Amino acid sequence: MSYPENFRYTKEHEWILVEGDTGTVGITDHAQKELGDIVYVDLPKPGAAVEAGKTLGSVESVKAVSDIYSPVSGEVVAVNDLLATSPEKLNEDPHGAAWLVKIRLSHPAELDSLLSAADYQAYLGE
Amino acid sequence: MLKQIPLGDVHRALGAKMVDFGGWEMPLQYTGILDEHRAVRTSVGLFDVSHMGEIEIRGPQALDLVQWVSSNNAAKLADGQIHYSGLLYEHGGFVDDILVHRVSAGHYFLCVNASNQDKDYEHIASQNRWDCAVENSGSRYAQLAVQGPRALETLQKLTPVALAEIRYYRFRDGQVCGRDARIARTGYTGEDGFEVYLAPGHAAEVWNALMEAGREFGIKPCGLGARNTLRMEAGMALYGHEIDASITPLEAGLEWIVKWDKGDFCGRARLEKQKAEGIRRRLIGFEMRGRGIGRDGYEVRAGGQPAGWVTSGGPSPTLNKNIGMCYLPAELAQPGTAIEVVVRDQPVEAVTVPIPFYRRPK
Repeated sequence: MSYPENFRYTKEHEWILVEGDTGTVGITDHAQKELGDIVYVDLPKPGAAVEAGKTLGSVESVKAVSDIYSPVSGEVVAVNDLLATSPEKLNEDPHGAAWLVKIRLSHPAELDSLLSAADYQAYLGE
Repeated sequence: MLKQIPLGDVHRALGAKMVDFGGWEMPLQYTGILDEHRAVRTSVGLFDVSHMGEIEIRGPQALDLVQWVSSNNAAKLADGQIHYSGLLYEHGGFVDDILVHRVSAGHYFLCVNASNQDKDYEHIASQNRWDCAVENSGSRYAQLAVQGPRALETLQKLTPVALAEIRYYRFRDGQVCGRDARIARTGYTGEDGFEVYLAPGHAAEVWNALMEAGREFGIKPCGLGARNTLRMEAGMALYGHEIDASITPLEAGLEWIVKWDKGDFCGRARLEKQKAEGIRRRLIGFEMRGRGIGRDGYEVRAGGQPAGWVTSGGPSPTLNKNIGMCYLPAELAQPGTAIEVVVRDQPVEAVTVPIPFYRRPK
């Protein structure tokens, strides 16, 4: 799977796509492959305040629990309800339908410290 | 440096994700745990479990040593018969859980847990008052497990041994792919199947032949991930989880491997004392009722108070529920008790249920 050029990435394998003052956040294809079969996703509720680099929620595969870290600070304005009933979508479409949350950015300058698609792929060694 | 099983290169070529398991580099999964789990429940899966240890006890008084170190009654075993047993410390806790195979009156073959094999060997050797030859023979054997409803048909293509004649928990020595092999009708999945012990040098050849023989049934190579979900559904104990040095068989729901009528054995006095005084904690199954997955080591509460801990927990692919096993005070360890499992600081509702969670259709 390719890593979209218009996303920004973290070394913890999250992505963010910013449109206006809001960013859509997900986990990368690499992350879903490492996790294996995803069976449960735990996310904050709309209205929750999140901080860059702090825990946003967690993703559980059959085998293990992994924390998800927020790429940016701000307020959660939407949560993907699809994942409550169909967590396996994270294995199928991690860069699309299986986005996790939308965050209204409070510190857009934080985006500058995130990786480009090319940098992320270099980081993965791909 | 991780210890290498003989088939490491075969697994990597199949795309396995390898992990450190008790010092061994082992396949965790190939196509995915759910896929592999389903293959074993519905057709056939192949596991490389060469990390498992073997200890052999030989001599005219081999039975005396086996009887002393293990809690089940090995005097009842016929040649070619196997039973599950406990290797216990004097204080009644588990050194290990083992399979005892009687090869002959003067030769017992024990299959033991990978990470315990040296400890088990030292323990057995230290108890050897009967001048038996005790051999730590793990390096002489690879072990492949063929498991699932199509396991017999798959393995039968490769051996002249009439597999249907081997009853559950029996074994025969014969040949697979023309190579000497010990073929046991045992497993750790809750399905029918066979565990094949053979020389490490022949493991790759037999593995490849089994994959080919099972192709028409959709055989899948299976890793430790599926092995764990399968054994958990079947309610089978895993050393370091349901049992360890601090747990006795009476607490673990394994009194059936403690044979009180067999005479003295290492740990017996303490088990008798525990039984007389009353068993304070017991293993019980649970199902999550609230949203969340109880996992190994999580705290269990009853009535808002800490009451026990999860020994193994996770999703059950067959039942499509989140299940687990836990220790609770004996009075709470009855099916139908409302409990809470603490998932990342949040108590989540669960209810106790009997073990096992899954029994294969007869």
